[in-house]
Amino acid sequence: MLTLQCPYCGVDADETELSPGGEAHLKRFGPGSTDEEFEDYLFARQNPKGVHFERWRHAYGCGKWFLAARCTMTLEVFGTYSAQTTEPPQTIKDAITAKRPGWTWGTLS
Amino acid sequence: MSEPVTELGGKVVEGWVTVRDAGLCGMITLRGDLESKAVKDICKKVTGVAFPKPLSAGADGRSGLCWMSPDEMLVMVPYADVQMALSDIHSALQGTHYAAENVSDARSVMFLEGAGAREVVAKLAPVDLHPDHFKVGDFRRSRLGQVAAAFWMRDEETFEIVCFRSVGDYCFSLLSASAEAGPVSVF
Ligand SMILES: [Zn+2]
Repeated sequence: MLTLQCPYCGVDADETELSPGGEAHLKRFGPGSTDEEFEDYLFARQNPKGVHFERWRHAYGCGKWFLAARCTMTLEVFGTYSAQTTEPPQTIKDAITAKRPGWTWGTLS
Repeated sequence: MSEPVTELGGKVVEGWVTVRDAGLCGMITLRGDLESKAVKDICKKVTGVAFPKPLSAGADGRSGLCWMSPDEMLVMVPYADVQMALSDIHSALQGTHYAAENVSDARSVMFLEGAGAREVVAKLAPVDLHPDHFKVGDFRRSRLGQVAAAFWMRDEETFEIVCFRSVGDYCFSLLSASAEAGPVSVF
Protein backbone atom coordinates (compact mmCIF):
# COMPACT_ATOMS: atom_id res chain seq x y z
CA MET A 1 0.00 0.00 0.00
CA LEU A 2 1.34 3.37 -1.02
CA THR A 3 0.31 6.54 0.78
CA LEU A 4 1.41 9.94 -0.55
CA GLN A 5 0.74 13.28 1.08
CA CYS A 6 -0.75 15.66 -1.46
CA PRO A 7 1.21 18.92 -1.17
CA TYR A 8 -1.81 20.94 -2.36
CA CYS A 9 -4.59 19.85 0.00
CA GLY A 10 -2.46 18.16 2.65
CA VAL A 11 -4.41 14.89 2.61
CA ASP A 12 -2.55 11.63 3.18
CA ALA A 13 -3.91 10.02 0.05
CA ASP A 14 -4.20 6.29 -0.35
CA GLU A 15 -2.94 4.89 -3.65
CA THR A 16 -6.53 4.24 -4.73
CA GLU A 17 -7.24 7.99 -4.56
CA LEU A 18 -4.33 8.75 -6.89
CA SER A 19 -3.57 8.39 -10.59
CA PRO A 20 0.01 7.72 -11.66
CA GLY A 21 1.48 10.08 -14.24
CA GLY A 22 4.84 8.47 -15.01
CA GLU A 23 8.29 9.96 -14.78
CA ALA A 24 8.73 13.48 -13.39
CA HIS A 25 10.89 16.34 -14.67
CA LEU A 26 10.68 15.43 -18.36
CA LYS A 27 11.88 18.12 -20.68
CA ARG A 28 9.56 18.58 -23.60
CA PHE A 29 10.92 18.30 -27.14
CA GLY A 30 8.43 19.45 -29.72
CA PRO A 31 8.56 21.30 -33.05
CA GLY A 32 12.13 22.05 -34.10
CA SER A 33 13.69 19.16 -32.19
CA THR A 34 15.49 16.26 -33.83
CA ASP A 35 13.74 12.94 -34.41
CA GLU A 36 15.94 11.34 -31.72
CA GLU A 37 15.05 14.00 -29.15
CA PHE A 38 11.36 13.71 -29.94
CA GLU A 39 11.44 9.92 -29.74
CA ASP A 40 13.27 10.11 -26.39
CA TYR A 41 10.75 12.60 -25.06
CA LEU A 42 7.84 10.41 -26.08
CA PHE A 43 9.10 6.94 -25.25
CA ALA A 44 12.43 6.70 -23.40
CA ARG A 45 11.93 6.46 -19.65
CA GLN A 46 14.16 5.63 -16.72
CA ASN A 47 13.32 2.43 -14.91
CA PRO A 48 15.46 2.57 -11.78
CA LYS A 49 15.61 0.07 -8.96
CA GLY A 50 15.74 2.55 -6.11
CA VAL A 51 15.34 6.32 -6.03
CA HIS A 52 12.76 7.58 -8.53
CA PHE A 53 10.85 10.80 -9.22
CA GLU A 54 7.28 10.52 -10.39
CA ARG A 55 4.19 12.53 -11.27
CA TRP A 56 0.99 11.71 -9.43
CA ARG A 57 -2.46 13.23 -9.54
CA HIS A 58 -4.76 13.46 -6.55
CA ALA A 59 -7.51 12.36 -8.90
CA TYR A 60 -10.27 11.46 -6.43
CA GLY A 61 -9.33 14.34 -4.12
CA CYS A 62 -8.40 17.92 -4.92
CA GLY A 63 -7.52 16.98 -8.52
CA LYS A 64 -4.04 18.50 -8.49
CA TRP A 65 -0.89 17.09 -10.08
CA PHE A 66 2.12 16.82 -7.79
CA LEU A 67 5.53 15.18 -7.73
CA ALA A 68 6.89 12.46 -5.47
CA ALA A 69 10.31 11.05 -4.67
CA ARG A 70 10.27 7.42 -3.61
CA CYS A 71 12.12 4.14 -3.76
CA THR A 72 10.80 1.70 -6.35
CA MET A 73 12.30 -1.25 -4.47
CA THR A 74 11.06 -0.61 -0.91
CA LEU A 75 8.20 1.81 -1.67
CA GLU A 76 9.72 4.18 0.91
CA VAL A 77 8.53 7.72 0.24
CA PHE A 78 11.15 10.45 0.61
CA GLY A 79 8.72 13.29 0.06
CA THR A 80 6.19 14.96 -2.19
CA TYR A 81 6.39 18.44 -3.67
CA SER A 82 4.81 20.98 -5.96
CA ALA A 83 4.60 20.26 -9.70
CA GLN A 84 5.51 23.89 -10.41
CA THR A 85 9.23 23.12 -10.37
CA THR A 86 11.73 21.75 -12.87
CA GLU A 87 13.92 20.09 -10.26
CA PRO A 88 13.34 18.53 -6.83
CA PRO A 89 13.71 21.06 -3.98
CA GLN A 90 16.84 20.81 -1.85
CA THR A 91 14.86 19.50 1.15
CA ILE A 92 13.75 16.50 -0.92
CA LYS A 93 17.28 15.86 -2.18
CA ASP A 94 18.58 16.08 1.41
CA ALA A 95 15.91 13.64 2.60
CA ILE A 96 17.00 11.15 -0.08
CA THR A 97 20.71 11.62 0.69
CA ALA A 98 20.03 10.89 4.37
CA LYS A 99 18.53 7.52 3.44
CA ARG A 100 20.40 6.64 0.21
CA PRO A 101 23.86 8.28 0.31
CA GLY A 102 25.39 8.57 -3.16
CA TRP A 103 22.07 8.28 -5.03
CA THR A 104 21.83 9.42 -8.64
CA TRP A 105 18.92 9.84 -11.04
CA GLY A 106 19.49 11.16 -14.54
CA THR A 107 21.65 14.20 -14.08
CA LEU A 108 20.54 14.65 -10.45
CA SER A 109 22.41 13.51 -7.37
CA MET B 1 -40.98 23.45 -18.61
CA SER B 2 -40.23 19.98 -17.36
CA GLU B 3 -40.26 19.47 -13.65
CA PRO B 4 -36.84 19.02 -12.06
CA VAL B 5 -36.41 15.78 -10.12
CA THR B 6 -33.49 14.18 -8.34
CA GLU B 7 -31.96 11.00 -9.69
CA LEU B 8 -32.99 9.19 -6.49
CA GLY B 9 -36.61 10.32 -6.60
CA GLY B 10 -36.84 10.93 -2.87
CA LYS B 11 -35.69 7.45 -1.88
CA VAL B 12 -35.21 6.68 1.83
CA VAL B 13 -33.88 3.48 3.40
CA GLU B 14 -34.40 3.49 7.13
CA GLY B 15 -32.41 1.38 9.51
CA TRP B 16 -29.55 1.44 12.00
CA VAL B 17 -28.34 4.29 9.84
CA THR B 18 -30.85 5.93 7.51
CA VAL B 19 -29.90 6.81 3.94
CA ARG B 20 -31.97 9.62 2.50
CA ASP B 21 -32.17 11.46 -0.82
CA ALA B 22 -31.44 15.09 0.10
CA GLY B 23 -33.81 16.31 -2.58
CA LEU B 24 -33.08 19.08 -5.03
CA CYS B 25 -30.00 21.13 -4.09
CA GLY B 26 -28.70 24.24 -5.75
CA MET B 27 -24.98 23.75 -6.39
CA ILE B 28 -22.46 26.06 -8.00
CA THR B 29 -18.90 25.10 -8.74
CA LEU B 30 -16.79 28.20 -8.21
CA ARG B 31 -13.16 28.17 -9.28
CA GLY B 32 -10.87 31.08 -8.60
CA ASP B 33 -8.47 32.51 -6.08
CA LEU B 34 -9.87 31.40 -2.73
CA GLU B 35 -7.47 33.79 -1.00
CA SER B 36 -9.05 36.82 -2.63
CA LYS B 37 -11.38 39.02 -0.60
CA ALA B 38 -13.87 39.28 -3.47
CA VAL B 39 -14.29 35.48 -3.65
CA LYS B 40 -14.57 35.13 0.13
CA ASP B 41 -17.07 37.95 0.37
CA ILE B 42 -19.39 36.70 -2.37
CA CYS B 43 -19.31 33.14 -1.01
CA LYS B 44 -20.38 34.45 2.38
CA LYS B 45 -22.96 36.75 0.84
CA VAL B 46 -24.82 34.13 -1.23
CA THR B 47 -24.81 31.46 1.50
CA GLY B 48 -24.70 33.35 4.80
CA VAL B 49 -22.08 30.83 5.91
CA ALA B 50 -18.53 31.53 7.12
CA PHE B 51 -15.79 30.88 4.55
CA PRO B 52 -14.49 27.38 5.31
CA LYS B 53 -10.89 26.44 6.01
CA PRO B 54 -9.22 23.90 3.69
CA LEU B 55 -10.74 20.40 3.98
CA SER B 56 -13.81 21.67 5.75
CA ALA B 57 -17.38 22.75 5.06
CA GLY B 58 -20.18 24.62 6.73
CA ALA B 59 -23.92 24.93 6.20
CA ASP B 60 -27.00 26.71 7.39
CA GLY B 61 -30.04 24.74 6.25
CA ARG B 62 -29.72 24.17 2.49
CA SER B 63 -27.06 26.85 2.06
CA GLY B 64 -23.43 25.97 2.53
CA LEU B 65 -19.82 26.10 1.39
CA CYS B 66 -17.60 23.07 0.75
CA TRP B 67 -13.84 23.40 0.24
CA MET B 68 -13.14 21.26 -2.85
CA SER B 69 -9.51 22.17 -3.65
CA PRO B 70 -7.13 25.13 -3.23
CA ASP B 71 -8.96 26.87 -6.08
CA GLU B 72 -12.45 25.40 -5.97
CA MET B 73 -15.46 25.96 -3.74
CA LEU B 74 -18.80 24.18 -3.95
CA VAL B 75 -21.45 26.78 -3.21
CA MET B 76 -24.74 25.29 -2.04
CA VAL B 77 -28.01 27.25 -2.02
CA PRO B 78 -31.70 26.32 -2.10
CA TYR B 79 -32.52 24.90 -5.55
CA ALA B 80 -34.85 27.77 -6.42
CA ASP B 81 -32.17 30.37 -5.64
CA VAL B 82 -29.35 29.01 -7.77
CA GLN B 83 -29.77 31.33 -10.77
CA MET B 84 -29.91 34.36 -8.51
CA ALA B 85 -26.81 33.24 -6.59
CA LEU B 86 -25.00 32.60 -9.85
CA SER B 87 -25.73 36.05 -11.22
CA ASP B 88 -24.62 37.59 -7.89
CA ILE B 89 -21.34 35.69 -8.22
CA HIS B 90 -20.90 36.84 -11.83
CA SER B 91 -21.49 40.48 -10.93
CA ALA B 92 -19.16 40.32 -7.92
CA LEU B 93 -16.27 38.65 -9.75
CA GLN B 94 -16.63 40.19 -13.22
CA GLY B 95 -13.22 41.01 -14.67
CA THR B 96 -11.31 38.67 -12.36
CA HIS B 97 -9.96 35.21 -13.21
CA TYR B 98 -12.71 32.81 -12.14
CA ALA B 99 -15.31 30.34 -13.38
CA ALA B 100 -18.73 29.66 -11.94
CA GLU B 101 -21.17 27.06 -13.22
CA ASN B 102 -24.53 25.72 -12.09
CA VAL B 103 -24.00 21.99 -11.44
CA SER B 104 -27.23 21.38 -9.49
CA ASP B 105 -28.59 18.83 -11.95
CA ALA B 106 -25.22 17.15 -12.49
CA ARG B 107 -24.91 15.96 -8.88
CA SER B 108 -26.75 13.78 -6.42
CA VAL B 109 -26.85 14.64 -2.73
CA MET B 110 -27.84 12.30 0.09
CA PHE B 111 -27.83 12.25 3.86
CA LEU B 112 -26.70 9.53 6.22
CA GLU B 113 -28.41 9.84 9.58
CA GLY B 114 -27.67 7.94 12.77
CA ALA B 115 -25.01 7.43 15.42
CA GLY B 116 -23.28 4.88 13.16
CA ALA B 117 -23.07 7.15 10.11
CA ARG B 118 -19.30 7.44 10.33
CA GLU B 119 -18.94 3.65 10.34
CA VAL B 120 -21.09 3.34 7.23
CA VAL B 121 -18.72 5.72 5.42
CA ALA B 122 -15.56 4.25 6.96
CA LYS B 123 -16.28 0.90 5.31
CA LEU B 124 -16.39 2.48 1.86
CA ALA B 125 -13.69 5.18 1.69
CA PRO B 126 -9.88 5.12 2.07
CA VAL B 127 -10.15 7.83 4.72
CA ASP B 128 -9.36 7.81 8.43
CA LEU B 129 -12.81 8.31 9.96
CA HIS B 130 -11.74 7.76 13.55
CA PRO B 131 -13.61 10.25 15.79
CA ASP B 132 -10.26 11.79 16.79
CA HIS B 133 -9.40 12.50 13.14
CA PHE B 134 -12.63 13.20 11.28
CA LYS B 135 -14.86 15.66 13.08
CA VAL B 136 -17.96 17.77 12.59
CA GLY B 137 -17.26 20.26 9.81
CA ASP B 138 -14.54 18.13 8.21
CA PHE B 139 -14.98 17.72 4.46
CA ARG B 140 -13.29 15.20 2.21
CA ARG B 141 -13.28 14.37 -1.49
CA SER B 142 -12.44 10.74 -1.99
CA ARG B 143 -14.00 7.52 -3.21
CA LEU B 144 -17.00 5.54 -2.05
CA GLY B 145 -16.49 2.05 -3.38
CA GLN B 146 -15.79 2.46 -7.08
CA VAL B 147 -16.82 6.07 -7.60
CA ALA B 148 -15.70 9.59 -6.74
CA ALA B 149 -17.68 11.19 -3.93
CA ALA B 150 -17.38 13.98 -1.40
CA PHE B 151 -18.67 13.85 2.13
CA TRP B 152 -18.69 15.87 5.30
CA MET B 153 -20.11 15.75 8.80
CA ARG B 154 -22.92 18.23 9.34
CA ASP B 155 -23.21 17.11 12.96
CA GLU B 156 -22.19 14.09 15.06
CA GLU B 157 -24.88 11.92 13.47
CA THR B 158 -25.29 13.33 9.97
CA PHE B 159 -23.10 12.94 6.90
CA GLU B 160 -23.91 14.79 3.70
CA ILE B 161 -22.68 13.05 0.56
CA VAL B 162 -22.28 14.55 -2.90
CA CYS B 163 -21.53 12.52 -6.01
CA PHE B 164 -22.09 12.69 -9.76
CA ARG B 165 -25.74 12.23 -10.69
CA SER B 166 -24.86 9.36 -13.03
CA VAL B 167 -23.58 7.31 -10.07
CA GLY B 168 -26.15 8.51 -7.53
CA ASP B 169 -28.05 5.23 -7.57
CA TYR B 170 -24.83 3.24 -7.12
CA CYS B 171 -23.82 5.45 -4.19
CA PHE B 172 -27.22 5.18 -2.57
CA SER B 173 -27.28 1.38 -2.91
CA LEU B 174 -23.72 1.12 -1.63
CA LEU B 175 -24.47 3.24 1.44
CA SER B 176 -27.69 1.31 2.08
CA ALA B 177 -25.83 -2.00 1.89
CA SER B 178 -23.14 -0.71 4.22
CA ALA B 179 -25.80 0.51 6.64
CA GLU B 180 -27.71 -2.76 6.46
CA ALA B 181 -24.58 -4.76 7.26
CA GLY B 182 -24.34 -3.02 10.62
CA PRO B 183 -21.51 -1.63 12.72
CA VAL B 184 -17.90 -2.73 12.67
CA SER B 185 -16.95 -0.82 15.83
CA VAL B 186 -13.27 -0.94 14.88
CA PHE B 187 -11.24 1.78 13.26
ZN1 LIG C 1 -4.86 16.93 -2.92
